[in-house]
This record gives sequence, C-alpha cells and structure tokens, in this order.
Amino acid sequence: MAWETVIGLEVHVELATKSKIFCSCTTEFGGEPNTHVCPVCSGLPGVLPTLNESVVEFAVKTGLATNCEITRFNKFDRKNYFYPDLPKAYQVSQLYLPICRNGHVDIEVNGTKKSIGIHEIHMEEDAGKLVHDPWEDSTLVDYNRCGVPLLEIVSEPDFRNADEVIAYLEKLRETLIYLGVSDCKMQEGSMRADVNLSVRPVGQTEFGTRTEMKNINSFKAISRAIVYEAKRQIEQIEMGKKVLQETRRWDENKDATYAMRSKENAQDYRYFPEPDLLPIEISEEWIERAKAEMPETAAQKRERYVKELGLTEYDARVLTAERALALLFESASDICKEPKEVCNLITGELMRLISESGTSADRIDIDPEKMARIITLTVKGRINRNAEKEVFEALFRENIEPEQYIKEKGLMMLEDDDLVNDTVDRVLSENPKSVEDFKNGKEKAFGFLVGQTMRALKGKANPQTVNKILREKLGSM
Amino acid sequence: MTIDNKLIEYLEELSRLRLTEEEKEKAKADLSSIINYVDKLNELDTENTEAMSHPFDYTNNFRKDEAGSSFDRELILMNAPQKKNGCFRVPKTVE
Repeated sequence: MAWETVIGLEVHVELATKSKIFCSCTTEFGGEPNTHVCPVCSGLPGVLPTLNESVVEFAVKTGLATNCEITRFNKFDRKNYFYPDLPKAYQVSQLYLPICRNGHVDIEVNGTKKSIGIHEIHMEEDAGKLVHDPWEDSTLVDYNRCGVPLLEIVSEPDFRNADEVIAYLEKLRETLIYLGVSDCKMQEGSMRADVNLSVRPVGQTEFGTRTEMKNINSFKAISRAIVYEAKRQIEQIEMGKKVLQETRRWDENKDATYAMRSKENAQDYRYFPEPDLLPIEISEEWIERAKAEMPETAAQKRERYVKELGLTEYDARVLTAERALALLFESASDICKEPKEVCNLITGELMRLISESGTSADRIDIDPEKMARIITLTVKGRINRNAEKEVFEALFRENIEPEQYIKEKGLMMLEDDDLVNDTVDRVLSENPKSVEDFKNGKEKAFGFLVGQTMRALKGKANPQTVNKILREKLGSM
Repeated sequence: MTIDNKLIEYLEELSRLRLTEEEKEKAKADLSSIINYVDKLNELDTENTEAMSHPFDYTNNFRKDEAGSSFDRELILMNAPQKKNGCFRVPKTVE
C-alpha cells in the first residue's frame, strides 16, 4: 500500500528583545545560573508582570511577514501545569485570541512552489532550564531563560515530506533574522521545532493518529527524525498495530525516536484569562506603522544586488546567507561606492578569516567606514592588493586605523616618479641581455624587466607606472 | 456538578497535594458549596453578554524594552529548600 506522511510544525522562536517579556531582566544567552532573575520571573508571590512593548511589535511584524491577519483585541491566558521549569506553576500564553492568524509561508522544493498555511502565532514566555545532576540523581533548575519572550508559530498540517519541512524552516529562519525579531540559533535554543506527524493511505482524507516529537535541535536531526518516524508508523500499521498518540523523543545517537513516559493528566492545562495583564489593542495606525518599518527581505536584497549593483546571483546568495554580512556589505558600499570591491573582500578575505578564527558571521565587528576607506585606497592605487588584504585582516583582528597602519607598516605605494625613473634606468643597464631580447621581439623579456623593477622597489610602485616608464625608455633606446 | 472522590483524587494529582481522609471530606463539602454558589450565575441569560476578563476599561499597559539589573543570586535562592551550584535543587524530573 502507498502511504502519505502528514506533518505540521510548532516552531518556537526566542525574540531578540533586550529584556524579558514581563520584567527588565536581560535576555542575554549564557551567564551564571540564576543571575538573570528577579522576583517577577522567579514567580515570587505578590509581584505583577508588565508587558514589554517590543514583544507585541515583533509579533505584529512576524505576522505581517507571514501574511497573517493581526488580531486587533488581544488577551493573555494562563496555561497551568506543575513542573519545576516554571516557578509560577503556569505559563503566560495566548489560547483564545492569538495575535496572528491565517497566514502562509511560500516555499520552493526542487523547483516546485508550495504554500504552507500558518494556523496561528501567539506570544508566550519561555521556561527555565532543567539540568540532570547525575551525582545526586536530582534536577538542578536555572531560571535565566524563564520569561524570555517567545513566539510560537503553528503551521497547518501541510507538509508531506522532510524536504518541505526543511525548506519552510530555512525560509522562516531567514525571514525572522532579516526582520530582526530573532537570531534563530538552533544550537542556543532560540529556534526550536516540535514535529507533529501522522501517516495515512494515499487518497484517504482523514488524518491518521499523530505523534509529537519535541525540541529537536538541528535541521539535519529534524529531517532524519521525520524519515524515521514515518517509517516506524507505517510499520506499526502494516503489522496490524495501532499508532498511539504520544510524545516521542528523538535520540540523536541511536537515530531513533522513543516514547516519553506519559505524564498522567499532562494535557489538562486548565487555561483561563490572565488577570494580571490588561488586554492589548492593536490599532490600524500601529499596523500601518509596522508595515512602513518592515525591512527589506533577503530575497529582495538578492534581487537588488544583482539588478542594481551588478553582482552575480552566487555572490548575492553568499552575502545574504548571513544578515550581518549583507548589512556590512550595504554600509561599506554606500560609503565607497564600490559594491563589487566590497563584495569580493567579504566573500574572499572575510569568509576566510571567519572560518580560520572559528567565529561566526553574526559575531564579527567590522567598522564599515574603515573597510570602505581601505577599498578606496586600493581602487585609487595607493595600496596594492596584498596590502589591502593585510590591512583588512588587521581591521578584522584589532580594529586598527587603516591609514595609520599602512603608514607604520610602509604599505603605501610610491608616488615618486623620479625614483621609479632612476630604478628603471638602473635595471636596464644591469640587464643588457634582456633589453637585447626585447628588441628582438621577445615580449617575455619585458615581463622580466617589470619584475626586476618591482622587486627593486619592494613592490610598492604602481605596476602601471612602471610599465609606462619602461615602455617609454625601451622605445627610445 | 457533583464533587465525588474521583474528582478529589484528580485534583490532588493536578495540584500535587496529598489530603488525609478527613481533609478530603472537608474539601468535598467546601468545593460543593463553591460550585453551588457559582452555579447561581447559570440562572442568568448571558446569551448576548461578552465574557469579561478584566474589570478595568484600560488596555496597552506596556513597558519599554530596557534591560535593568536582576537580583543577587543569594537573594533569589534565599528561600530555596535545597540548592546546588547556584541552582535550585529539586527531585529528579528530567526524563
């Protein structure tokens, strides 16, 4: 029998706000356990939450970018559950009136376009981190992450295979990063996906029983988990067994999913309206303002780079693969007006430096103004290509002042034509054989004489000037 | 709605509380009277009444996204019955 896999995704993204959703503790990743915690996010009695305005703004922008309707009258609800990752014993979330609904994200897989429905997007708070302590067989709780704002983006069950899921996640990630609403780092948990999967015979309209796989932390693992779980469910049914509705955990090392111990009554969240937070009204004016502030998407940037700046499709793709690179490219190009030069320096030198130093593109800190100055000096022939690379590397590593560095290291090209003249004279008198060869039509000899002159000038002369003077002198000999 | 032993046990489970037989009986009586009291509301016709979640006619109470300082960890952990390595220590819950 032919089977069809049906998949829906719940993607959680941590928002790139400076402070938590209901208090002013920092959202910074890392930090010593329980040092980004206050009475509000640790759930002490008597405290009141106050909503971070940026969370609503980011949610509205995300909704607009995913073609959603924005809910004008919003409320928060309490999702009650007893687990130590939430010190209040409830999570503030949105059940009845999520902020965005009925959207879609368009993807392309192997040349085929498809629209994936967005059921809803709601705002909520992240939970703390639980770490198993093997020494005492107990659990240690760190609330630094507790109260970090999250958006949960719930898709319709529109995916039929892992490739579609990955294409959607990549598109979503790119969209959110370019919107500036999240950094979407799966390895740091700022983007997490829960996969709901069921199978049914091809042609059947009703859905099969689904299982849920939670918090798989890489695109590769998601892809493998989908392939495994679909196969497992088909095998169960073909053996005459039933698929149980349950939460399963993906085991990276064993390349398999296994059922998690089902918590009794786990599904009874007893939602009710959150009385500590007032409703949110989103006006037409607010939505219009958000629309006006929507930044260019990666796809729009790629098109502009190719059409207006004359870059290749490939270069445009490399530059937009990381938002930080695209922004650096744009700022530096705006200043020096040499987009191709900026592009070459980024796709060549900068990519090499990033990979060699083991950092990532979003962690680099290069002053675009200084970078533009280095390029201008190169284009004007004031420094050569090797010097350009050397100065740029110094800028990358130590944020040097380009002009000062060039002066200290003696990288500036000679502008003293007299010195070039004298050197050419000396080279010609020291190499009579080559002069003779050149006269007899050997063009190779000319190259040799240029090389000798450049070497005598330690490579600091402008090759065009050397060429010109040599030709003149040889011509009059 | 009747408050029977089964419901009391379910509530014990959800709230992670263990009641003695005596407490169970008392809880049954208390909850029954609360439910009966609230049931009175069902006598009203609320067909065209919007459910109210807040008594105040006020919306959009925001704070600006500015990070401030958190509390000292010693203060945050002060009331924790057990702690270790700067963390709250609780019975094993990680699966």
